[in-house]
Amino acid sequence: MSAVIDSHHDDHHHGPAKGFSRWLYTTNHKDIGSMYLWFSLVMLFIGGAMAMVIRAELFEPGSQIVSPEFYNQMVTNHGLIMVFGVIMPAFVGFANWMIPMQIGAPDMALPRLNNLSFWILPVAFGILLSTFFMEGGAPNFGWTFYAPLSTEYAPPTVTFFIFSVHIMGASSIMGSINIITTILNMRAPGMTLMKMPLFVWSWFITAYLLIAVMPVLAGAVTMMLMDIHAGTSFFKAGGGGDPVLFQHIFWFFGHPEVYIMILPAFGIVSHIIETFSRKPIFGYSSMVYAIASIALLSFVVWAHHMFTVGMPIAGELFFMYSTMLIAIPTGVKVFNWLSTMFKGSLTFETPMLFAIAFVALFTIGGLSGIMLAIAPADFQYHDTYFVVAHFHYVLVPGALFSLLAAAYYWIPKWTGKMYDETLGKVHFWMSFISVNLTFFPMHFVGLAGMPRRIPDYAMQFADWNMMVSVGAFLFGISQLLFLFIVLKCIYNGKAATTEVWEGAKDRGFEWTVDSPAPYHTFSSPPSMESLKSSS
Amino acid sequence: MFRAIKYSLSLVAALTANFSFGAWDDLNMSPGATQLSQEIFGLHMTVFYVCLAIGIAVLLAMAFILFKYRKKEGVKPADFDDSTALEITWTVLFALILIVLAVPATSVMIKAYDDQEGDINILITGHQWKWQYEYIEDEVGFFSNLSTSLDKRNNLAPKDENYLLEVDEPLVIPTNTRVRFLITANDVIHSWWVPDFAIKQDAIPGFVNTGWTYVNEPGVFRGQCTELCGQYHGYMPIVVKAVSPEEYSTFINDKKQAKIQQALLTEKLWSTSELMEIGEATYQKNCVACHQVGGRGIPPVFPSLVGSEIVMRNKARHIEILMEGVQGAAMASYAEQLTEVEIAAVITYTRQAWGNAETGDGKIVIPKEILDYKNNKL
Repeated sequence: MSAVIDSHHDDHHHGPAKGFSRWLYTTNHKDIGSMYLWFSLVMLFIGGAMAMVIRAELFEPGSQIVSPEFYNQMVTNHGLIMVFGVIMPAFVGFANWMIPMQIGAPDMALPRLNNLSFWILPVAFGILLSTFFMEGGAPNFGWTFYAPLSTEYAPPTVTFFIFSVHIMGASSIMGSINIITTILNMRAPGMTLMKMPLFVWSWFITAYLLIAVMPVLAGAVTMMLMDIHAGTSFFKAGGGGDPVLFQHIFWFFGHPEVYIMILPAFGIVSHIIETFSRKPIFGYSSMVYAIASIALLSFVVWAHHMFTVGMPIAGELFFMYSTMLIAIPTGVKVFNWLSTMFKGSLTFETPMLFAIAFVALFTIGGLSGIMLAIAPADFQYHDTYFVVAHFHYVLVPGALFSLLAAAYYWIPKWTGKMYDETLGKVHFWMSFISVNLTFFPMHFVGLAGMPRRIPDYAMQFADWNMMVSVGAFLFGISQLLFLFIVLKCIYNGKAATTEVWEGAKDRGFEWTVDSPAPYHTFSSPPSMESLKSSS
Repeated sequence: MFRAIKYSLSLVAALTANFSFGAWDDLNMSPGATQLSQEIFGLHMTVFYVCLAIGIAVLLAMAFILFKYRKKEGVKPADFDDSTALEITWTVLFALILIVLAVPATSVMIKAYDDQEGDINILITGHQWKWQYEYIEDEVGFFSNLSTSLDKRNNLAPKDENYLLEVDEPLVIPTNTRVRFLITANDVIHSWWVPDFAIKQDAIPGFVNTGWTYVNEPGVFRGQCTELCGQYHGYMPIVVKAVSPEEYSTFINDKKQAKIQQALLTEKLWSTSELMEIGEATYQKNCVACHQVGGRGIPPVFPSLVGSEIVMRNKARHIEILMEGVQGAAMASYAEQLTEVEIAAVITYTRQAWGNAETGDGKIVIPKEILDYKNNKL
């Protein structure tokens, strides 16, 4: 071994750098994907701890462990963290890991931008969480931060909150530009748009939604900033402004935002159901059109969050009808998943269990969504626990279950090791039972009249709330098991095969590379011929 | 926990044994007390049963597929991946179901929006954290505060049936009368909800929203604020008492008399101890939420009154703050909410209490001064 050969070897060494600088300076999509995923897992436990505080306070009627003021801070930050710190970054993490591998690209199109869009996220959440230690406390006006509660009547820390939202928005916009650029320019030869894997399609559309609405959110918080510090009156009634304008702007962002949190889940679940049914996805093109229609409709339904603000009847009816329309493409998706499983050869590994639970429980969340769309009935449902039940059904057994399913599905490819299947199933059943115990009774207390965002409640809601709290604590504990399973897989898992799942290598490029996936994949593009099921 | 188990069992019993509405009380919306609320309840049940039927059909189909097509030795999966006819069929089916739902929804919506003037009109103003009711035609009004004691809220006294749903003074409306509510807010957005009337209208500063009701039978109806409005959002309930038209006119006449009596009180000679007594009661009812029991507040949002420069030595500014509120802060104007006597008394009380009198000037304020302040402004 001569020194010359050694240095030659170093020049061409393509493995990751060592130590912290590997993570700080990395432009590798797999590293960045992992960082996004770990970040969102940490945030899940922080936001989850806040949910535990909320449920402990609501365990019984009467003041329990926190003041009403701190309770509002918990409600607000639980929502903000779960939306912006868990669900969204986790999907971006999967996008980073999987999109280049699914389209046969060596990396993301804009790797340095990729690094930046990740690293400003911990800064944003550092700023947000630091407000807990400031005078006046953390934001306390709900994740929807309606003015003037969030402007004239807000704690002084609202300015930090605004700054933090701006950074999160910048991160999302950069991430979306990167994803769109990658998808449009770096697909393997022969992979036409209508041959792209559904996860890629779902992210392609989601990225456009993000680019369309994150600037709207930035506009809303900038107007708040001006109202607070520059004497403007965008939302101040006393100065000729309009508090309802805030809600229109917020929900014009907010409704596409809720689909941003579910569309990539549709992609993930489609892949998993296909793999474990051993049958190609049913109605690929209608799946794509359904995602696209849901995305387009999401721009014309926003005021269904505002049925009680006193809109003219024409507005109420328009937003009721447009909202009901969303049931059509969503129903198409559910039926297509069922048809994919129909006459398949089903096995029930952990990813499949989570995906099946996703379809079943997302359907429940979708049906309560139809009820909420009925404007006159919404006068009774609006801002009660019925709404809380609805959006938690689509976000927890919906979005979060799809993320867990995706983690189990792809972790063997990332680490080269299998997770513990028994523990995975235990995790699934614990999560499945406790998630229903937590969120199903919320329908009842909501219909019976319990408003949301209250730190204490009347006696008739006591029994169901206790059950909800017990379910929530169980759900919280179950997710610690997930952390254990991931760590056990990384440090102590059995070796995984290249294909990982039976027949998977015909279903996507990611299953044709070694397990663990090499640090650099597809330096030359793969051929579409290698995928049998590319229809 | 035992109660939770008991109730989950009773839920199963309710679902399997009978569909009588009695068993549904804790689980479902209340049909309410007006024709509109009953129509909305009917609409809710229609939509619910349609959704329930769809949900059960989908979940049963899914269970069947999961069982029937589980992997078996030697059975090959099918490989079809499309069926345009099938997809068009169910798309059309979904559209038809939605039309069936949209028709009754539209008709109920039109009835709910039937916005004529009422026989009586009541202006409802949301404040942090109380409701103000003003009878527009009769020019009387009052504030309605939560009356559940702090001891009950802090688990120091047993809670009773109307815990957090009781107020010191309910809104009184007559039966068999069209009552229109004009709903607005003074600070942040609130929302006035009485489930039995199926009215939920946001109370928004700068806007006046409307809602109406027509109650046939006397009764007491309870609701709550349903828009997050700050720390005591959970503590501003609504109680509406529907009484016969005769009883209602007695109520209004009593209110008018009380208003005249109140005006006379500003002429009376007041002793410090009388003012202190009223002031302490006023403070407990109106100020304690923010400025806290010991007067020390929660800085920086709710400043301390103990040792404050204004409370100790600046009487004129002290009166002005109570009358005008503080721009850009949580402090509202109390000129409308409290009587002259109460304002004078609570200023006197805060200037005397918590050792403020010893270190400050300890000046008292009499109701006449508040009346003069008001008259000078005119």
